[in-house]
Amino acid sequence: MENLKTALYNLHLKHGAKFVPFAGYQMPIQYSEGIIDEHKYTRTNAGLFDVSHMGQLFIKGENELTDGLEKIFPLDLKNILLNQSKYSFLMNEDACIHDDLIITKVKGGYNIILNAACKNQDYEIIKKLLSNKYEMILNSDLSLVAIQGPKSADILKEIIIGPEKLNFMNGNWFKYKDESIYITRSGYTGEDGYEISISNKKVEELTENLLLKGVKLIGLGARDTLRLEAGLCLYGHDIDLETTPIEANLKWAISKKRLENGGFMGFDKIDSQIKLGTKRLRVGIAPEDRIIAREKTKIYNIDNEIIGEITSGTFGPSVQKPITLGYVQTKYSDLDTKVLLEVRGKKYPAKICKLPFYKKSYVKGAN
Amino acid sequence: MSDVKFSKEHEWLKIDGDIATIGITKHATEMLGDIVFVELPDLGANVEKDGNAGVVESTKAASDVYTPISGEVVENNQAIVDDPAKINSDPENEAWFFKLKIKDKAELETLMNKEEYDKFAKESGN
Repeated sequence: MENLKTALYNLHLKHGAKFVPFAGYQMPIQYSEGIIDEHKYTRTNAGLFDVSHMGQLFIKGENELTDGLEKIFPLDLKNILLNQSKYSFLMNEDACIHDDLIITKVKGGYNIILNAACKNQDYEIIKKLLSNKYEMILNSDLSLVAIQGPKSADILKEIIIGPEKLNFMNGNWFKYKDESIYITRSGYTGEDGYEISISNKKVEELTENLLLKGVKLIGLGARDTLRLEAGLCLYGHDIDLETTPIEANLKWAISKKRLENGGFMGFDKIDSQIKLGTKRLRVGIAPEDRIIAREKTKIYNIDNEIIGEITSGTFGPSVQKPITLGYVQTKYSDLDTKVLLEVRGKKYPAKICKLPFYKKSYVKGAN
Repeated sequence: MSDVKFSKEHEWLKIDGDIATIGITKHATEMLGDIVFVELPDLGANVEKDGNAGVVESTKAASDVYTPISGEVVENNQAIVDDPAKINSDPENEAWFFKLKIKDKAELETLMNKEEYDKFAKESGN
């Protein structure tokens, strides 16, 4: 089957994008300046990412829907505010992760942003878990662009008034020309920024306007180095159907209140893993040399026994050193534990390190 | 001016008497993207034609470097190990990889000249 194209495909082409197939879409991996320049521009200025391949699911409903979704997600949805967003995951009965996602309570229901590779399957799973009782729209008429970086607020303000007043992980409707568009202050780079949901018809014009104000297009390559520096998981690599949120060190994303009473998918497993511990844990690992340990690199203890595997690894352009995420047996997960990484047949020293590699700069108190 | 040859694996060689200076082509760097790590063969190592002679890594992936001819490594370029970005900025001059004492000059006959290589790179697209 031929890969799908987003509404911004021609604009990417015009800006010298190199494309790769990604989750059934032709997506820009980089533009002419390259991954490192794009990465650094996002950290110092503002970058624009076309993430229209991701799923934008709207589920229509009121209080009963909230109850239904609480049976699925480990979130205190009864107490989140209108237009507030939460990071969460769709799990199976064994607490293994089908997908990670952002859910936002909006007027008349919930918006859920899903990974491109999982969105159709997620739709079916959620529909079934909600017993087919609610209208669900996986909207392909909408594009999604993320503007990320310290200058995002000042630049977006020149085109759309209001988003600069949003707090991190909050959204609202705003006016762009004659269209109402939904913007959240969020992202996946460790920077301040926004995700803008806008019609396929208007997205190119909005993007061109943002580019005129000094934003640059950023490809999936830099999106990966940015999220990895920020210590954030990539579904299909750092988390998948073999991992639970507790193993993945994502307990922070589970509501404390929900942990007391349970009643959500995978609760029994999560509860037991919290009480008894897990055999393995996701950690950050810092190689001592400049060596880059990629996904699937074996991790050894200092006695040369295999204790785990790298799930993401690259060179961090802002921290100027190699950065990796991986799973190790829990007894080796303490900070500064010495480990060895096997790259091209040689073992290189590394240490378990703190996450993130690059300090996040989210805006918490805009109001 | 010294003689420059090219390989199908996108290496260039400058030949000066018994010594060949070897690096990767501009076309190769454009395919690889930003290079962030390089590993060179050890001094004194004997490398075989088309054999492994180092690694370059971009933010995206690792790629092997091959030697287009056989010989003994008599020098390697520490400057690109310390600053791999030089490979992207000046691949066919300053950012040479290593120098070989040529073992068999007949091997040079299998390589391309600039014109042939440019055509090859354009057609192969990789």
